[in-house]
Amino acid sequence: MRHHLILRVITKLLAGAIMLFAFYVQFHGDYSPGGGFQAGVILAVAFVLYGLVFGLPAVQAVLPPWVVHKMMALGVLVYAGTGVISLFTGYAFLDYTALNPAHPEHGQELGILWVEGGVGITVTGVMVAIYYAFAGRPPRISDEEW
Amino acid sequence: MIETAINFALFTMLVVTAIAAARIRHLFAVVMLSGAFSLLSALLLVTLDAVDVAFTEAAVGAGISTVLMLGTLALTSRREKIPSHRPTIPLIVVLVTGAAIIYGTLDMPNFGSANSPAQTGVAAEYIERSPHEIGVPNIVTAILASYRGYDTLGETGVVFTAGVGVLMLISGLRTRRRREDEEDDDEAEEAG
Repeated sequence: MRHHLILRVITKLLAGAIMLFAFYVQFHGDYSPGGGFQAGVILAVAFVLYGLVFGLPAVQAVLPPWVVHKMMALGVLVYAGTGVISLFTGYAFLDYTALNPAHPEHGQELGILWVEGGVGITVTGVMVAIYYAFAGRPPRISDEEW
Repeated sequence: MIETAINFALFTMLVVTAIAAARIRHLFAVVMLSGAFSLLSALLLVTLDAVDVAFTEAAVGAGISTVLMLGTLALTSRREKIPSHRPTIPLIVVLVTGAAIIYGTLDMPNFGSANSPAQTGVAAEYIERSPHEIGVPNIVTAILASYRGYDTLGETGVVFTAGVGVLMLISGLRTRRRREDEEDDDEAEEAG
């Protein structure tokens, strides 16, 4: 894609905006549509777009595969860890009241924030990992055939 | 009235897209049509006021899936093979299944009916309780992350499992380990 100047410039402009939108969807999920799943996918899309235009080595220099693989597990651990915290403070698993017993509502909001964060990390990791896995295989057909 | 017209137009486009995707043998076009199909479904979900679901459908169905299918296409053939058998039996199976599904919808409550199980079940309780129990204005988020926290943990686990499955099948992690041992790239061998 080296000769597609417009695609390259637009991608550079868009990638940051897409990431910003992903974080908006992630952290504004309490008030507007969206949450960890959607934000994770959108954040992954920024990397996928960058990879499509600039090639796999360029995007893997930004986000190495080993980081992506750790993200996949980290998100689930953050989610389950939130539940374990509430277990250890004497509440039911994933009862976010435990995070702030004096103000249950604040505890709930904090719990939802952490849990959605975990979902977002895992979804980003999985989506980017799947993209790397597909794009990293040597193609059977050449570009000219398209 | 206007909503009926929008629904009618969207469903017509959905059916046209589906028929076109089934008939075209050029797989690149089929992938693009499946992306358009997802986007149309997302629009339908918006007209149903299910914005959260529409959001997911647009991001996953029209965005990531299309890219992944293009990636798959790069690894396989880009034209569908001409089927060697006649389409009579598959057609009968599809027609019978479709008729059964349509017959099944006859028992379903009318669209937007106040007596439907979706309205009379726990939904009313969620709407009533979530503002002072959770304090999060978006009830969908409150249900997803708090009331149904177990389900969402399971869903995250499913996403994680899917990722691990893909990595184990096609990522070439084994290749990477071998490469670390040999300290040189064996991509030529891999391509062969």
